[in-house]
Amino acid sequence: MFDLTGKRALVTGASGGIGREIAKALAAAGASVALSGTRVGALEDTAAAIGKDCPILPCNLSRLDEVDKLVPAAEAALGGLDILVNNAGMTRDNLFMRMKDEEWDEVLAVNLTAAFHLNRAVLRGMMKQRFGRIIGIASVVGVMGNPGQGNYAASKAGLIGMNKALAHEVASRNITVNSIAPGFIASAMTDELNDKQREAIMATIPANRLGTAQEVAGCAVFLASDAAAYITGHTLNVNGGMAMI
Amino acid sequence: MSDVADRVRKIVVEHLNVDAEKVVEKASFIDDLGADSLDQVELVMAFEEEFSVEIPDDAAEGIQTFGDAVSFLTKAVG
Repeated sequence: MFDLTGKRALVTGASGGIGREIAKALAAAGASVALSGTRVGALEDTAAAIGKDCPILPCNLSRLDEVDKLVPAAEAALGGLDILVNNAGMTRDNLFMRMKDEEWDEVLAVNLTAAFHLNRAVLRGMMKQRFGRIIGIASVVGVMGNPGQGNYAASKAGLIGMNKALAHEVASRNITVNSIAPGFIASAMTDELNDKQREAIMATIPANRLGTAQEVAGCAVFLASDAAAYITGHTLNVNGGMAMI
Repeated sequence: MSDVADRVRKIVVEHLNVDAEKVVEKASFIDDLGADSLDQVELVMAFEEEFSVEIPDDAAEGIQTFGDAVSFLTKAVG
């Protein structure tokens, strides 16, 4: 039921962290996975960790001319696409009163506009084959908000809303569109927190620990699998109980 | 029957899974042939592919029947 043998997937932001684990988990479940990101070396590391032949498709998601070539390249490399994981994201934190237009624009472009373009691009093939799984990696911040992250929160809330609208449109074609909203996930960024910051965060998480990238990846495999065929327009909250919504 | 009409009919029959006899000039994709709004978009995209033309949104809205499609595409490729 969780087997993805024969399925073809594209994962953005597959160079590290959650994206790498998602790519590994999809491949472990049997899928062929195309890896996209900006750092070729890191993508090659992901491919090596997977241990199978993975097309490596470098793409700067802030450049729409590059974005619009990504899906055709993945379809050409894999012979089509069954699964799209919009995982790539970035932050440019600043308090609202200090936030520059460029900080807003850059985060919206990568986190939301690129996902819109990629979603639109995969639809043609998925409609024809009457099968598709689109998964957006959002954030608890898109649901709850977070000071200093007005741009990031807007982009992630936008992703969730966009995916719900698209889920309505294509549900009759056996294409599901869902989002995953991770809470605090252990990463290079959380490694840098000092003890006091860590304590403050833990106080908000009933599970009393950070999540792991594997725990997010498992949810992506679930949503891509036959087990989740009747789930669409959903946002799966993966946050250790931080926000029970 | 023109070549354009034959090609359009083939696409409609395949896509909407209907009998060719039902695809007559006045047949409305939605009212007579069971299409939904997504089918209509897919049909327009299939026409674009088959005839290598661009069908702008306002023109696509005017293509409601088999006859509409044939006359638009006849002009477009002519």
